Amino acid sequence: MDDHWLARTDTIRRLWIAFALVLVATVLVDLGIEHHPYFGLDGTFGFGAWFGFASCVALIVFAKALGALLKRPDTYYDS
Amino acid sequence: MTASVVLPPAAVLIVGGLILPLVPARLRAPLLLALPLVTLYLVWQVPDTAVLRWSFLGYELVPVKGDALSRLFATVFALMAFAGALFALNQDRVVELAAALCYAGSAIGVALAGDLITVFLFWETMAIASTLVVWSAGPQARGAGLRYAAIHLFGGVLLMAGIAGEIAASGSLSFAAMTLDSVPRALILAGFLVNAGAPPLSAWLPDAYPESSWSGMVFLSAFTTKAAVYVLLRGFPGTELLIYIGLFMVFYGIVYAILENDMRRILAYSIVNQVGFMVTGVGIGTEMALNGAAAHAFTHIIYKALLLMSAGSVLYMTGKRKCTDLGGLFRTMPLTTVCGIVGALSISSFPLTSGFISKSMISEAAGMQQLAWVWYLLAAASAGVFLHAGIKFPWFVFFQKDSGLRPQEPPWNMRAAMLLFSILCIGIGVVPGPLYAILPYPVAYVPYTASHVVFYLQLLLFSGLAFFLMLGWLQRTLTITLDVDWLYRRLGVVLVRSLDQAADAAWSATVNATRHGTDRLVEAIRRYHGAGGILARTWPTGSMAFWTTVMLAAYLALSYL
Repeated sequence: MDDHWLARTDTIRRLWIAFALVLVATVLVDLGIEHHPYFGLDGTFGFGAWFGFASCVALIVFAKALGALLKRPDTYYDS
Repeated sequence: MTASVVLPPAAVLIVGGLILPLVPARLRAPLLLALPLVTLYLVWQVPDTAVLRWSFLGYELVPVKGDALSRLFATVFALMAFAGALFALNQDRVVELAAALCYAGSAIGVALAGDLITVFLFWETMAIASTLVVWSAGPQARGAGLRYAAIHLFGGVLLMAGIAGEIAASGSLSFAAMTLDSVPRALILAGFLVNAGAPPLSAWLPDAYPESSWSGMVFLSAFTTKAAVYVLLRGFPGTELLIYIGLFMVFYGIVYAILENDMRRILAYSIVNQVGFMVTGVGIGTEMALNGAAAHAFTHIIYKALLLMSAGSVLYMTGKRKCTDLGGLFRTMPLTTVCGIVGALSISSFPLTSGFISKSMISEAAGMQQLAWVWYLLAAASAGVFLHAGIKFPWFVFFQKDSGLRPQEPPWNMRAAMLLFSILCIGIGVVPGPLYAILPYPVAYVPYTASHVVFYLQLLLFSGLAFFLMLGWLQRTLTITLDVDWLYRRLGVVLVRSLDQAADAAWSATVNATRHGTDRLVEAIRRYHGAGGILARTWPTGSMAFWTTVMLAAYLALSYL
C-alpha cells in the first residue's frame, strides 16, 4: 500500500539528510549573529539548539515517569 | 457625544441563536453567516465610553462599554463565530448551532461588559450555552457535559460570592484592575481561574470538550478560556500569583498531551498549555506582557480553531479520534493536512506564523523584567509546545503509519473555513502591524530580528530532532492519564457507594431493632389482652350470680348494723 513517494524509504532518508543540514545551518548561523542575552546562559553558543533539545528530552522523560504512575486503560472510567 | 449604538453587539448573536431553531432550514445558513458579521460591525461602532446604562436593583449597570482591550477580544470572538459557523454549516443538529451563537454572543457580552454584574450575567449564559454545545453531541456526551456544567456552576458561585462581597465592601460595581487584598477579590479571581482551566480544576477541559461533536469543539476551544484571559487582563494585571499558576498550566498541558492518545484530547491539553502562557503574561503585568497576553489570545483563538477544524474534519470523515487508529491521511486529505500543519506551526510560534509575533512578546517581557527563571521556563515550554502539539498532532494523525484509511476531503464549507483561518495565521505572522495596532498599549516591539528568528528556529528544530529521536518513547497506547477529576469520577463514586452501603446497613439495623421491640410489645399486650389473656377470659354466669349474692348478702347484713 505504501507506494506514495513521501512514504518511500529513500525519500525518508533524503528528508533526514536535509533536516540534518538545516539543523547544522541554524546552529552555524549563530556565529554571525549578535545576540542580546538577558542573563548569561542564554548567550552561549547555539543556546536555542541545546536548550530546546535538552528541554524536550527532560519533558519526555518526565512524562514517561508520570505516565508509569498515572496511566490507565482508556476504558477505565467506563466501568 | 451621541452613542451611535442602540444595539448591544452581544444581543444580536444571543437573540439570533434563540430564534435560529424557528427559522426555515433554507434561511439558516445565511443567518448563521450574517449574524457574526453584523456583530463584528457593531463591535467596531462601540465608542470608548459607556454606551448604555440600565438601572437594576438600585445599581446602575453598564452593559456595553468600549476600549481597546474590549474591542480586541470582541473582534476575535466575532471572527471566530463567523469561521466556526462557516465550518459548521453542514452540522444538522440545530441545537448545537443555536447554542454556539448564544455562546459566542455571551463571550462578546463579557468582553464589552462595563460592570461586574453584567460580567456575571454573561458569564453564566456562557456556561449554560457551552454545556448545551457539549450535550448536543449525543448521549455519549451526557456525563462529561454534566461534569462540565457542575464545575462551571461552582465557578459561577465563587464569582457571585466574590462580586457580592466586593460590591458590599466598595459600594461600586465597576470592573477595573484590582489588587488581590481581600477575600471577595480572591473569590472573584478563583471564579475567573476556573474558566481559564487553571489548577486544581484543569481536568474539566480535556474531559468535556473532546466529547462534543466535530464542529462543537471548534467553538468550545475559543470562548470560555479566552473570556477568562480577558477578565484576568482587565481585573488582575500584574498579580504575581498568576505567574506561578500560568507556568504550572504551561507544563501540565505539555506533559499530559505527550501521554495522550485521543487527537482532540491532545489539543484540549494544549489549550491549557497556551492559556498558561497568557496567564503568565498577565502575572508579569508590564505593558509589553499584557500586550503579549492579549495578542496571544487573539492569535491562539485562530490557530487553535484551525487545528480543531482539521481534527474535526478527520473525525467527520473517518469517525475516528485515536492516534492508534489514525495515520497516513495525508494521501487523501492533502488540504486538511496542510491546514493542520499551518495551525501546528502557528501554535509552535514558528517564524512567519501568528504565534511567533504574539508569544515572543511574553518571553521578551519576562526578560526585560529580569525574571530569569520565568524566561528559561517559557523557553523550555516553547520547545515543548512544538513537541506535544506542533509535531505530535500532524505526525500521528496525518503521517506516522498507513492506517489503511482513505477518507476524502471534507465538504466545501469546512475546507473554506480552514483556508480562511490558515490565511489569517500566516497573514498575521507575516504582517503583524494591524494586530499590533489594535492592542491595548502602544507596541514598540520588533519580532523579526535575526537574533529572535534564529533563536526560535534552533529551539523548534532541535525539539523536532528530539521528537524523532525519541519516537519510540512517544508511541501511543490505548491509555488515559489520571487527573484531578479522578477525585470526583472515581474516588467520589466509591465514597458515595460505600456511604450508600453504610446507610443501607444502618437503616436495616434500625428497622430490625424497631421490629423486634414492637414484636415484644405486641406479645406483652396479647398476653394480657389477647384471646387467651388473663383480662380477656370469659367468666362463667354461675360465678357472677354467686358474687352478686355475696354482695347483696353483705348489703343486707350491713343494713342491720
